[in-house]
Amino acid sequence: MTAVTPAPPSTAVRPAPAGAAPPGRPAGRSRLRTLAGFAFGAALLFAVAPLVLSDFRLALLAKYLCVAMVAVGIGIAWGRGGMLTLGQGVFFGLGGYAMAMHLKLADAGPGGMPDFMQLYGQLDELPLWWRPFASPWFALPATVLLPMAVAFGLGSLVFRRRVRGAYFAILSQALAAAMVILLIGQQGTTGGTNGLTDIKGFFGYDLDDPVNQRMVYFIIAGTLLALLALTRQLIHSRYGELLVAVRDGEERVRFLGYDPASVKLVAYVVAAGMAGLAGALFVPAVGIISPALIGIVPSIEFVIGVAVGGRATLLGPVLGAVAVAWARTALSERFPGTWTYLQGLLFVVVVAFLPGGLASLWALARRRDVAAQPLRRGRLSLGRRRAERTEVPAA
Amino acid sequence: MSGERLDGLSVRDVRVSFDGFTAVDGVSLEVPAGDIRFLIGPNGAGKTTLVDAITGLVRATGSVRFGDEELLGRPVHRISRLGIGRTFQTSTVFEELSVLQNLDIAAGARRSWATLARRRRGVPDEIAAALETIGLAERAADLAGTLAHGQKQWLEIGMLLVQDARLLLLDEPVAGMSHEERDATGALLETVSRDRTVVVIEHDMDFLRRFARSVTVLHAGRVLSEGTVAQVQADPRVQEVYLGHPVDAGSARTGLEA
Repeated sequence: MTAVTPAPPSTAVRPAPAGAAPPGRPAGRSRLRTLAGFAFGAALLFAVAPLVLSDFRLALLAKYLCVAMVAVGIGIAWGRGGMLTLGQGVFFGLGGYAMAMHLKLADAGPGGMPDFMQLYGQLDELPLWWRPFASPWFALPATVLLPMAVAFGLGSLVFRRRVRGAYFAILSQALAAAMVILLIGQQGTTGGTNGLTDIKGFFGYDLDDPVNQRMVYFIIAGTLLALLALTRQLIHSRYGELLVAVRDGEERVRFLGYDPASVKLVAYVVAAGMAGLAGALFVPAVGIISPALIGIVPSIEFVIGVAVGGRATLLGPVLGAVAVAWARTALSERFPGTWTYLQGLLFVVVVAFLPGGLASLWALARRRDVAAQPLRRGRLSLGRRRAERTEVPAA
Repeated sequence: MSGERLDGLSVRDVRVSFDGFTAVDGVSLEVPAGDIRFLIGPNGAGKTTLVDAITGLVRATGSVRFGDEELLGRPVHRISRLGIGRTFQTSTVFEELSVLQNLDIAAGARRSWATLARRRRGVPDEIAAALETIGLAERAADLAGTLAHGQKQWLEIGMLLVQDARLLLLDEPVAGMSHEERDATGALLETVSRDRTVVVIEHDMDFLRRFARSVTVLHAGRVLSEGTVAQVQADPRVQEVYLGHPVDAGSARTGLEA
């Protein structure tokens, strides 16, 4: 791990000179703007949306917000850390299945078996690895900790061996494929292709009741805001700066005495935890988790939303994910069959012409304003690839 | 800044081969503490590869000691934490981060995770001092990508300073710099070498004559000559390599014996 030795003796801090604040971010005003932003987001999610949207649309929004949580994690891992993870479905699925297993067991009652196990009729009693999920004290932490543990194991192996770029992307995608195959192959205990369906209750509340559905929506909206706050702290911390440095010059960071593998591992594990939490909340919102929801295609769709919104920004991934998911519903209602092509086209266009995503349009407009002023504080990031990279011959 | 002890670098019989090609063929050299040693030699002489071997980037046999520590066989980031810092031929600052952020990251390899999780508040003393030393205090808030070429190289040296490197290995620090920038860089090296040991790979002979305290000439992976600038210039073997080598017309033109 990166040095857990005591801090160096010379951490005496002097007040920042006027010009030394991070570019374009005077601390006080920025904090105020952030608070205003969060208040606005909260008002939108907690007051406006429930008033304006029908129960059906609100349930859809709950689903989109779960996707947005995965997107926030991808924003950290890919946008800030440069790890193009095409397999977040794995972590989403681990969280989702952990939650669904608990809810199925709760539906079945004490000592009962989930309905599908009786249907396939090969089992006389509950499989051993299902049993701990009967307890909410195990299942709930597991929805987050299980994906994080898997990400930790995988990341430790992969990052230390300096697997990155396209190789990492392919590897993460293969993992999603493997997970789907595993789930389908173990039909007797996992529900196979159907997944875990027909979930009725959520900790004693009937999920068919619109009031309870609304409660689930509020939980999801609150969780998303909390994840955004956490992400903001992470991005602006010293770790966040270090992560960007690793993204842009991994070898250089190594020569500064850090182990880039640990730096990346943290971001990857955090992203996995967010995806797991999203999967767990997806289950009560939608009532199902199945291999089709966590395989290669959904994993790529998560990434498309992030790319469209702007991967290196805080809000870009959220807005992009919601926008793409919404467009998917809206357009596939009207033009079934063409959405897949549109989505592919969207991805290509964004990656080719607007690598910073829609968020960079805003930055572009602002840059024009700023450029008009005589003294410009540095170039605004458009998410463009740096021209020069750390070119170090592979040993 | 770094009131620690001054150490010398001792390289003994270092060999580096890539697929049968021997890039460094048994180099031994001693750089005393506080020296400014210039490594010169025609292209392909093994200068950069030698630095790669010292910093752990390529595998080598032999022995490299800095002070009491053996460096060979350790991973890159561990060698770095022993106080060995290097720059590259192409500048490798983090362009999307500000000058201050660049220095802050360089200073932080020994930070705990708890410190990393928090924001930077103000400017730590060591970083303020380094900003003064490299003359970039005014540009602290600017993105490193907006700096001029020479300033990027100074930022790199500044990063080594706050990293608390006690051995600086600089790969062509003045390449592409104007005369004024070269002078400033040379003055910077002299300041820095007061409490550090400096090794510079450089092709610029004018710069070498003005700032080198000692010189090692490498040729075809071996040490050809070593000594003061005057001694090396007078060495007939060095003149032969620089003037008699048809492929190295470029190096010859820089005029070692001029």
